[in-house]
Amino acid sequence: MLYKLSLRNIKKSFKDYAIYFVTLMLGVAIFYIFNAIDSQTVLINVTKSTREIINLMVNMLSGVSVFVSIILGFLIIYASRFLIKRRNKEFGIYLTLGMSKRKIGTILLIETIIIGLLSLATGLVAGVLLSQLMSVFVANMFEADMTKFTFIVSSEAIIKTIIYFGIMYLLVMIFNTFSVGKCKLIDLLYASKKTEKIKLKNPIICIVIFIISAIILGYAYWCVTIGVEGMQNAGEIFIPMILGAVSTFFIIWSVSGLILKLVMHFKGTYFKGLNSFTLRQISSKINTTVFSMTIICLMLFFTICIFSSSLSIKNSMTANLKELAPIDIELYKTVNMTDEHAAEYGYTPEVVEDSKISINETLERLNFDINDNFKDMTNVFVYATDELTTKDTLGNSISYVKKNYPYLDLNSAEAIMTVSDYNKVAKLYGNETFTLKNNEYILVADFDGWIGIRNEALKANAPITILGQTYYPKYDEIKKGFLNISSNHINAGIFVVPDSAVNDSLKEQEHLLANYKASDEEGKKEIEDKISDLGNEAYASGTNISASTKLSIYEGSVGLGALVTFIGLYLGIIFLISSAAILALKELSESTDNKERFNMLRKLGADEKMINKALFRQIGIFFLFPLVLAIIHSIFGIYFCNYLLATFGDEELLPSIIMTAIFLIVIYGSYFVITYLCSKNIIKE
Amino acid sequence: MNILKIRNVEKYYGSRSSLTKAIDNISFDVDKGEFVAIMGASGSGKTTLLNCISTIDRVTAGHILVSGEDITTLKGNNLNKFRREELGFIFQDFNLLDTLTAYENIALALSIQNTKYPEINVKVKEVAKALNISNILNKYPYQLSGGQKQRVAAARAIITNPKLVLADEPTGALDSKSSRMLLESFDALNEQYEATILMVTHDALAASYANRVIFIKDGKIFNELIKGNDTRKEFFDKIIDVVTLLGGDLNDAL
Repeated sequence: MLYKLSLRNIKKSFKDYAIYFVTLMLGVAIFYIFNAIDSQTVLINVTKSTREIINLMVNMLSGVSVFVSIILGFLIIYASRFLIKRRNKEFGIYLTLGMSKRKIGTILLIETIIIGLLSLATGLVAGVLLSQLMSVFVANMFEADMTKFTFIVSSEAIIKTIIYFGIMYLLVMIFNTFSVGKCKLIDLLYASKKTEKIKLKNPIICIVIFIISAIILGYAYWCVTIGVEGMQNAGEIFIPMILGAVSTFFIIWSVSGLILKLVMHFKGTYFKGLNSFTLRQISSKINTTVFSMTIICLMLFFTICIFSSSLSIKNSMTANLKELAPIDIELYKTVNMTDEHAAEYGYTPEVVEDSKISINETLERLNFDINDNFKDMTNVFVYATDELTTKDTLGNSISYVKKNYPYLDLNSAEAIMTVSDYNKVAKLYGNETFTLKNNEYILVADFDGWIGIRNEALKANAPITILGQTYYPKYDEIKKGFLNISSNHINAGIFVVPDSAVNDSLKEQEHLLANYKASDEEGKKEIEDKISDLGNEAYASGTNISASTKLSIYEGSVGLGALVTFIGLYLGIIFLISSAAILALKELSESTDNKERFNMLRKLGADEKMINKALFRQIGIFFLFPLVLAIIHSIFGIYFCNYLLATFGDEELLPSIIMTAIFLIVIYGSYFVITYLCSKNIIKE
Repeated sequence: MNILKIRNVEKYYGSRSSLTKAIDNISFDVDKGEFVAIMGASGSGKTTLLNCISTIDRVTAGHILVSGEDITTLKGNNLNKFRREELGFIFQDFNLLDTLTAYENIALALSIQNTKYPEINVKVKEVAKALNISNILNKYPYQLSGGQKQRVAAARAIITNPKLVLADEPTGALDSKSSRMLLESFDALNEQYEATILMVTHDALAASYANRVIFIKDGKIFNELIKGNDTRKEFFDKIIDVVTLLGGDLNDAL
């Protein structure tokens, strides 16, 4: 009997449940997709280093999944509270007919189980299907071979999804039983009769609070943009975040009161058509949901920032690679190591001995034939001296630097290269080459943060002294260039000096730059594998030679980009559907009240066009309000993310913002349209 | 002049096998400026009749003419236009919008018709004065008593200057004192605005304020009383006589 009642209830209120159900289904599907990524068949044949990144990603995704399930859990509890509220009268009638609260609890329990099972089942089916689509995306991300694709179902992910959602539903059941046990019959029966009390906020208090929170918000914005340089450790970012969240709450609180007052002031507009009605509806709705509005606004803000930053990281990383890793391999080791140095870093006498021979010889001892494997070989040296530390290079600008960058280490020795060595590198990389007079130097760098500092010194014509000789800058600005291949712009500065300026005693590091002697990717991979196997050679423990290779940088970079993108997408989509679902549920759960109101308007003679327009505006503003605030936040948020991620390059911001906008419009927009259509249907009946 | 002509109106519910005649061939006229009450027991068809006149429901057969226009053939937005411009409604449960103040509730009827604000303001003040609700205009429905709410609803119904005001059990949710005050204001509207009022009620006291009372039983007109030169008390007694004759549960209402 109870089961029948539950089933009927679900059928009857399917329209109310529909959007809740779809959201649950989407939640389950997304949860499955992101937890099933590692079992994608296209990923079976990736290289070792990519595999490592995928493992890292899987670990991070399962961590994020816990967070996601907390968010979804809150959403489900919030939603079921709405749905119970809607049915107060029904439960009231059951109680007057003598049904016990426990039985009502059982009805709710059965309903939750049915809805839960259905959404789990359909969500998993949708998830399995969509994850096939996902493999195209995954393959693209990791540049894996799409021909290996087969239809796959990850039982591990299915079990995980079932466990996580099972726990969530269990919590909801407990919550439901608890809230049914607490309610009183009189409140249930007269819930719909209770007229809403309208509390108009005092406009003066509203204005004062609005101004105060706007100032606080402005300060938070300032902290993450202009004032961002003053931020010294990661913990400080929480201050503007908390300030921003709190002021968002109070801005929403005060604006909902102010807008009404403001428009009421323009009586011509206020008393036009259904404006007065629409405005009152919106303001009462926002008034009663200030807290959820704040949460929604913040979730949208995070979504926008996460989406656009993660997409731009991925884009700029890939774009940087061609420029920043122009050769296949760079090998380097410390030369002429002193005994003190060895003692300080714990190097064995063998390593000290090895530092006295060239890289080429070391490679020979490692049984590696360089002439067989390498072409375009270029050997260069980096020099350094304690006479030339950062503080010695800044000239008159040192006081400026000390004031603005108090935490900068100014005591490390600077890298020096001879102009002929540097030109060899530049030629190989396709960078600009230089000529120098006897008393000139050039500073090359590509790390934005340092370029600013260095330019101050160059503008002041700061001299440097090496071995008693003084040199002056040839140019009053940094020249772009680098020696180490990498995925990012990380060259903080290399001083290029005339060949005569240094001698062998200052040699610090030897670098061997080369391309692989192979005609195709396969051959290059073979050589790469030989290189990574060198670590197993007997001589390997007797040298501190290191290598960066284009392939490893590339894979690391692609993997990192993919990792960031996946986590961004995962969180972003969950945030987005959660916030849109809360808005939609709030709107739909009030549709019964609205139905009466719109019927009243119809009796007053408002035609369908007017009513639809009023409904559209009402829902539209309700959806837009938190979005607009979130977009304003995001302008500053994205600026800040960009600052943090500056080393990844910021060339690709616009496309990722456009992508984000498309995502927002599609997901958030469809929730809006569905809500509008459902509400229209409900008030029509 | 006839504002409302009802000609052979019929309204059936149900299927052919179990047909219910809610209205069975009713015809009558209402003149301009008349205050007509329709009385009948629950289930007699009086509310169905009102719904048909107000175009909320459709007739099965027959015609309803409001100042010469046949409203049974109106459709879609013409219906809304008709309701907007020709009719005013007063309901048993007030049907005020709880999010709006009394003033805004009254003004809404005009703003739907795209009346400009200065004119709205003048009219609202005027009608509020006539209904003695000027001092409560800035209050919300939840702050008002039933009688006050119903007078706000009456103000809203009358402010658009409709040809016909339809009142469905307007005193149904009011105590007797509030009822009297409301009915007196109906009389005032009737005289001051020359409003034509058609009121459905099962309350003899409410009916005694009208100029004419039409009794309906089982979907047919059973009797008709005209106040003429009687005092309200005399008219009330006559109504009670008919009610007694009608018998049934209408007695319970007294």
